[in-house]
Amino acid sequence: MTAVTANGTKAAPGGWRRNYTSYAQPLVFAIVGLLIPTLVTNISTLEDRWMPLTTMVLCAIFVLFTLGLNIVVGYAGLLDLGYVAFFLFGAYTAAWLMSDFFFQIDPGIHLFDGTVTDKTPGINISFWLVLPIAALVAALAGIIIGAPTLRLKSDYLALVTLGFGEILPQVFRNGESVKGFNLSNGTKGISPINSLDMGWLSWTGVVASKVNVFDYTTRYYIIYALCVMFVLVSLRLRDGKLGRAWLAIREDELAASLMGVPLMRTKLWAYGVGAAAGGIGGAFYAVSLGGVNVDTFNFQFSVNVLCMVILGGMANVYGCILGAVILTWVNYTGMTEVGNAINNTFGTSIEMPHYQFMLFGSVLVLMMLFRRDGILPAARSKHSRELDEAIEARATGDETAEATA
Amino acid sequence: MTELLLDAQQIRVEFGGLVAVNDVDFTIPVGSIVALIGPNGAGKTTFFNVLTGLYKPTAGTVMFDSKAVSGRAPHEIAGMGLARTFQNIRLFGTMTAAENVMVAMHPHLKGGLWQTIFGTPGQRREEHEAVDTAHDLIDFCGVRGDPDDFAKNLSYGDQRRLEVARALALKPKLLLLDEPTAGMNPQESDDFIAFVRKVRDEKQLTVLLIEHDMKVVMGVSERITVLEYGSKIAEGTGEQIRTDERVIEAYLGKAATEGASL
Repeated sequence: MTAVTANGTKAAPGGWRRNYTSYAQPLVFAIVGLLIPTLVTNISTLEDRWMPLTTMVLCAIFVLFTLGLNIVVGYAGLLDLGYVAFFLFGAYTAAWLMSDFFFQIDPGIHLFDGTVTDKTPGINISFWLVLPIAALVAALAGIIIGAPTLRLKSDYLALVTLGFGEILPQVFRNGESVKGFNLSNGTKGISPINSLDMGWLSWTGVVASKVNVFDYTTRYYIIYALCVMFVLVSLRLRDGKLGRAWLAIREDELAASLMGVPLMRTKLWAYGVGAAAGGIGGAFYAVSLGGVNVDTFNFQFSVNVLCMVILGGMANVYGCILGAVILTWVNYTGMTEVGNAINNTFGTSIEMPHYQFMLFGSVLVLMMLFRRDGILPAARSKHSRELDEAIEARATGDETAEATA
Repeated sequence: MTELLLDAQQIRVEFGGLVAVNDVDFTIPVGSIVALIGPNGAGKTTFFNVLTGLYKPTAGTVMFDSKAVSGRAPHEIAGMGLARTFQNIRLFGTMTAAENVMVAMHPHLKGGLWQTIFGTPGQRREEHEAVDTAHDLIDFCGVRGDPDDFAKNLSYGDQRRLEVARALALKPKLLLLDEPTAGMNPQESDDFIAFVRKVRDEKQLTVLLIEHDMKVVMGVSERITVLEYGSKIAEGTGEQIRTDERVIEAYLGKAATEGASL
């Protein structure tokens, strides 16, 4: 479309990049993901050993987390070392609202939940309602944590978020008796959580009305759909007014504010949206596992998700997906299976998983030395760094740089 | 008396014991081009920073467009129609030239989070128009480079012009230019004088510039204010400033006026 501008002076030539989100890539992503379970279940070595559906569900959960953190760290450039807080809020929201944990409420509250009998006490809300609630709770938590802290600049913000990420699990660990009220059941955790309610789809005859403990295929499709949704959200936001404001803040906070970008509100949106993804992922995780355990929520989680963002490619949605899938797979299946393969072939008895962190660390170091922008870098960051390096080299009189730049 | 766009009264800025701006009165009539000059360290940029809300003055009030500026956040002041460029170029390097300009449309774009996520027709149309406006502004300011190239890749002159384009995207009533011709050659400076006039006339705004190049200052400004050590030492037309003894003293030293050999 050639647009004639308001004053009619000029039509836009086709060469100008329109800020429209392309749907081709998300579509490919969606189709590939949908085909994977069919593919895997048909090849037994894949399903049994290399790509069990349980791992793939976890991969997808971490994709969601990584996409969420990418909005905060990648887009807005706010280093968050306490992402676990949002994971925690999502998971506990699901635990509170989908179990008989609050047995004091009797008869229980039931909302569209077909998985338990009406006599069950506690709050029993359908998973599909809990999802947006968990997103909201996590987003609110993000805004409450963010409001006092987002005024801080990079390093300080990182430390404060680290603090929050440490405090919150501690609160839930000790939350067995808050003035006599059992908030979190402490280290015992909350379990069981009601299963996924698929009653509204049972008329199709494809899925059971209640997702079976072993039904990882349905679980996979659900979390994958959520991932596709969030890919779209990420891309749309990136190409809109908010995404530009995030980038501008990442580049030069002061200049951004003088160009009319409200710093606090814009940063809070980044925190809120990122947290919502964490909340949704957390709720799904809790329901998928059928319970929450406070030990899951540790600093290691925040670091892992951050590594996925950095390794995959900061600010690049597909890089983040790749980073999440690779690292999650290595953590849960890869190391063990590669170890087994080596042992079977060479007759050794190496306990590969023991070397996980050594390998992990080495890969990170190597990446930072040789491919700082991640596996799939965002066009901007790669370009920007190369240009910086060329300018630096030129400034120091390196003539070879000019030839290669 | 002409209508005032900006009315700053008794502005005082202290950093610890240092008085950076000393009880300065400063007004800008609507539609004029005025200049703020003074030797290095005279407090010009500090004064700019007070106007744009970066610094809170120790004392004094700033009225912009008959509304009080003090106590407002920089983005609010920008939204009121006060836009600026920077002494050291501060573009968003890894955003394209067009995106840089679109950032400054932030206060005028309505598409919020949900409209963006769902890509409502209104939001799409708005984005579409924003791209067009950005390209128009880039053209208007005479940026020769590709609007879709990263701002970092543009030539120095283009970056300076892009900063003006970005400031204009705010639809300002008052445009503050902080040393806009720094690093330009005489020809470019001449072009710039013509450009500032064009901006003022076509966009119907008011311009305040800080400048060191006397040729530019004398060529473009209708009124000049001179600061020295944070105090206003002179104010008037180019002719008045040129012959003002205190100004000559401030720039060339006391000997110059005593010798009267100018």
